[in-house]
Amino acid sequence: MIEIKILGTGCPKCKALEKLTRIVVEKAAIEANITKVENIADIMRYNVMVTPALVINEKVIFKGRIPTMNELQQILTSL
Amino acid sequence: MTHYVHKNNNLLIALVTGGVIVWLVIYHFLQPMTDWFVDSLLGMTQGTKLTDAVRFFVFEYPKVMLLLLLIIFFVGIIRTFFTPERTRKALEGRRTFTGNVMASLLGIVTPFCSCSAIPLFLGFVESGVPLGVTFSFLIASPMINEVAIILLYGLFGWKTALIYVSTGLIIAMIAGAIIGVLKLEKWVEPWVFEVHSEQQDEAEERICFSARAQMGWSAVKEIIGKVWIYVALGIAIGAGAHGYVPQGFMVSLMGNNTWYSVPLSVLIGIPLYSNAAGIVPIVSVLIEKGASLGTSLAFMMSVIALSLPEMIILRKVLKLPLIMTFVGVVGIGIMIVGYLFNWIF
Repeated sequence: MIEIKILGTGCPKCKALEKLTRIVVEKAAIEANITKVENIADIMRYNVMVTPALVINEKVIFKGRIPTMNELQQILTSL
Repeated sequence: MTHYVHKNNNLLIALVTGGVIVWLVIYHFLQPMTDWFVDSLLGMTQGTKLTDAVRFFVFEYPKVMLLLLLIIFFVGIIRTFFTPERTRKALEGRRTFTGNVMASLLGIVTPFCSCSAIPLFLGFVESGVPLGVTFSFLIASPMINEVAIILLYGLFGWKTALIYVSTGLIIAMIAGAIIGVLKLEKWVEPWVFEVHSEQQDEAEERICFSARAQMGWSAVKEIIGKVWIYVALGIAIGAGAHGYVPQGFMVSLMGNNTWYSVPLSVLIGIPLYSNAAGIVPIVSVLIEKGASLGTSLAFMMSVIALSLPEMIILRKVLKLPLIMTFVGVVGIGIMIVGYLFNWIF
């Protein structure tokens, strides 16, 4: 079970990333727990200055952009 | 931390070079192509108002879009070298003035969108970037925006674009320095200073050219996807006014001799939240119809740099007096620029 967090205060890009992550997780049948972190102080704990960001098992994987579906699938399946 | 599909670098360089050559050919032959399209293909009568308006649009719109395409791509590549983390590191503990100058310059090249204003502000303050220096960054970044610069260059020429960039920089530097000297930390919401990050900046991975080019290309898709409609609307309004609105229409309202036109333009500009893409073509028509350069510059700067939605976002971290000071200082700076250019030209 992997722990996925999407950091974002609610901008359109953050929602897009959450949606994309859910699609990829479902498609690749990955066992994951996806949570959205919207509280700004919690986001700052990850040292992230540009949203959205993707955190997998407490590690920031990327920030400030939305990956392509292929890229995200590669990251999630190579864990 | 970056994961990219790595393509062949040589193939990519060839693609980029080929793209630039195709671009140059189209750009070079845009005027004859426009004339052919309007005169032969549409068969419009030369010299009528409608023909002029159509010709204006058919020429200016592709020209501006071509410029946007090329410049956003290369700016996108340049920006991969300037991450917010690096900018923050460069600004940590900088003193007033040196820090403000650096922050304003870095504000131009560091990528950041308005929805990241809060995390960026917190991240800067948390790591010890002084408040005034942070403000220089927050003012310069939206005001000196690449779309605005390209449109100004395309519709007015390089001199106006240069004037816009340099006065914008000076306002960001001085306004930030004033906020720094006034020591307004007491008007920052107290919880801001309690925010702490638990993770360190990780060492950055080396990124190859193909990955940078991919990032440049995604910047093109993102920005053009967002602005093409505003540019089209702005230029269409411009094209209509170009032929139909009488010369000198704007003289009484935004002309050189009306003293109140500058502050009025700034005030009107604050609630107008248009992106640069829509506002520049409209301003170009205002000037053509007799508005003075200073007043028009002030209007444009106010629309772009002072936006109501951003102030509402910033209210989360700043108390009202600090937001008012920010608007006041930047607003006065813009007015000085407006009067200055009305006086020079």
